[in-house]
Amino acid sequence: MIEHYLAEIYVGLMGLAILVYAILDGYDLGVGILLPMKATEERARDIYIASIGPFWDANETWLVLAIGILLIAFPKAHSLVLYNLYLPCSIMLFGLILRGVAFDFRAKAHIDHKLAWDRTFKAGSIITACAQGYMLGDYVLGFQDSVQSAAFACLSALGVVAAYGYIGSCWLIWRTEGILQQQAILKARWFGRLTLVGVLLVSFVNPIVNPGVFVKWFSFPFSLFALLLPTMCIVLFVVNDRLFKLMPFTNDDKPWLPFSLVIVIFMCCFFGIAFSFFPDIVPGELNIYEAMSAKESLLFLLVGTAIVVPCIIVYTLMAYFIFRGKASDLTYH
Amino acid sequence: MTDLVLDTFLLSRIQFAANISFHILFPTLSIALAWFLVFFKVRHDMTQHPVWMRCYRFWVKVFALTFALGVVSGITMSFQFGTNWPGFMETVGNIAGPLLGYEVLTAFFMEATFLGIMLFGIKRVPPWLHTLSTLLVAIGTTLSAFWILALNSWMQTPQGFEMIEGVAYPTDWWAIIFNPSFPYRLIHMLLASGLSASFFIMGLSAYRLLKGDQKRAPLKTLKIATVVVAILAPLQLFVGDMHGLNTLKHQPQKIAAMEGLWHTEKGAPLVLFGLPNEQTQTNDYAIELPYMASLILTHELEGELKGLSSFEHTPPVKPVFFAFRIMVGLGFLMILTAWLSAYFILLKKSQPTLLLRALTCMTFSGWVATLAGWYVTEIGRQPWLVTGVLKVEDAVTSIAPTHVGFSLTLYLIVYAVLLVAYIHTVFRMAKKSVAVDEFEVAELPVTGLEAKPVEATK
Repeated sequence: MIEHYLAEIYVGLMGLAILVYAILDGYDLGVGILLPMKATEERARDIYIASIGPFWDANETWLVLAIGILLIAFPKAHSLVLYNLYLPCSIMLFGLILRGVAFDFRAKAHIDHKLAWDRTFKAGSIITACAQGYMLGDYVLGFQDSVQSAAFACLSALGVVAAYGYIGSCWLIWRTEGILQQQAILKARWFGRLTLVGVLLVSFVNPIVNPGVFVKWFSFPFSLFALLLPTMCIVLFVVNDRLFKLMPFTNDDKPWLPFSLVIVIFMCCFFGIAFSFFPDIVPGELNIYEAMSAKESLLFLLVGTAIVVPCIIVYTLMAYFIFRGKASDLTYH
Repeated sequence: MTDLVLDTFLLSRIQFAANISFHILFPTLSIALAWFLVFFKVRHDMTQHPVWMRCYRFWVKVFALTFALGVVSGITMSFQFGTNWPGFMETVGNIAGPLLGYEVLTAFFMEATFLGIMLFGIKRVPPWLHTLSTLLVAIGTTLSAFWILALNSWMQTPQGFEMIEGVAYPTDWWAIIFNPSFPYRLIHMLLASGLSASFFIMGLSAYRLLKGDQKRAPLKTLKIATVVVAILAPLQLFVGDMHGLNTLKHQPQKIAAMEGLWHTEKGAPLVLFGLPNEQTQTNDYAIELPYMASLILTHELEGELKGLSSFEHTPPVKPVFFAFRIMVGLGFLMILTAWLSAYFILLKKSQPTLLLRALTCMTFSGWVATLAGWYVTEIGRQPWLVTGVLKVEDAVTSIAPTHVGFSLTLYLIVYAVLLVAYIHTVFRMAKKSVAVDEFEVAELPVTGLEAKPVEATK
């Protein structure tokens, strides 16, 4: 029974991994993107980085899982995607290496080198986000080799930087207090607006360049249901924007609210893209059934997945519970 | 074929070699280092003696840095299969995929999540949970080694599958995971990690002592690591020999290259040193021990060993031959150092400056030996990627060489900088810790098995 739905199960798992990755590493990349760089802001940098300290490593593991599932379950798609995205992918890895090591070196390096490692951390975060956005843009356009598609991919890169900055600043609203929180609220407003522009841009270009996508979204009566998604997304942007005007609430009530709303926005965007292309895994070229690997292998792995993934979710939640509260209390022993 | 063409194939091979060589340095240290941390933490929980916490605190920082480098280089590795070697997954992905998948699921998440608790959570969780987190990180690093070595060993000695239209399909997962070379390779690698981490601990602890650190913690870690190497170094020699016999059975051409054995012989000599010459198919300037190769490998003086000329596919001889000698040479040096250290530090209770200097020099000896060992086994597998199933040249991507050249340059620069920064930083951390004050007597527990203050023993 279950073996007839392996392609759907694995594409669902991969989608889950990508979504969780975009949210979790999104906020910690965002914190890196927003890192204040003035010489006088060292304390702020310490708190920014402390806020993501216990999490970033596990957050990045979701990327390994996502790319792992693509590799394991859809090897043909994996080859095709990475063949087309070789350069941006190498640049993304370069960025990830920079920020990962800078995070650890900054705490241990000589004080003269600390600022240099902080710069590395920020640069690495921006490079990673740009490369991911570029890849997203290239993917949506189906890997065309043209100036227009490169330009679109560059815009998409900025959009993803904005989106990560948005979720990162909302994370900081939750995890910081006082002046840092106020600054984060201001940043969240601007990054939110930029993100909205990016989302609208991709949403307009996608159905125009992909006729199949247009038909999917605008064929009655399905469109009534489907269009709920972008509507909800835009409403949430507006609600968050209003919230930033009112925040912080007295006694710092509900500091997590904007972050939660951004998670829903990310989900809307993700399902929007997923809905546009399903069941294609490489738009217009390859669908999940053609790209799928052997049933024996997928079943063998599914057993472990069914046992392990719930455990991963439980201990991830446990870690977030342990490290609840404001980042200033976090110390590296 | 003779002139060097920097094509996609060669560049991809260099890139993969650079990536995996850089990556393996850090897990090699962190696998066993994690178990040392478990030991320090458990001892602390048992005795409440602050010296154990001092050991833990210093080494957990070193561990965090090492682990971070392992993670980032590991993420890069996970992309290499798809970016440069698409033929690998297209041919044997049905087998390699689930093994890699289990590594991510059972090891990576557990390590990463509990590392956070281990590093930042000591004041936020009860002590037992902190110790448990340390233990789970150690189990995670070891599980990771289990899965990835299962895959690597399967590529060396594949079984439990059938080929249908050029694609491998699994028939028996137990046979795939526990393939013939896996148990030997796993134990050999875990011991290599134990030795590398122990020499690392001895080296940095000796460096602290040389810099005038009078505290108890560096001496304590020096002693513990000495006990470990004194046992593991000779054990590794024994396990390595068994691994070699296993290789002789399943990949005799690799052994022939390691021993510089060009032609099938009875009573083959052991070549201690020489320059393998591919043209004349002999070893120039060879220093040999008669009959010894046959004796070691077949346990008979007149035992027959197959030479390189009797195989259709053979690996390049020189790198395998030399890397093998570097590994074995370092292995003997490690045994010697381990026993000398045990004699002085454990029996004579003294730390001669010369010995401390020697240990400091050997801080990263484990890295060299481990890399040499991996070069033997990986180059010795050539031209196969998966023995008898897939050749390396058939798995490579068709991406333009300029692209691969670009990414390779990027990685090489980053890796060079990071390696220097890492070595520099760990020594700096050691130096910095010299100035830290010893724990207060008030921190000592009232009772404790280990920590009885002198006046308490009536």
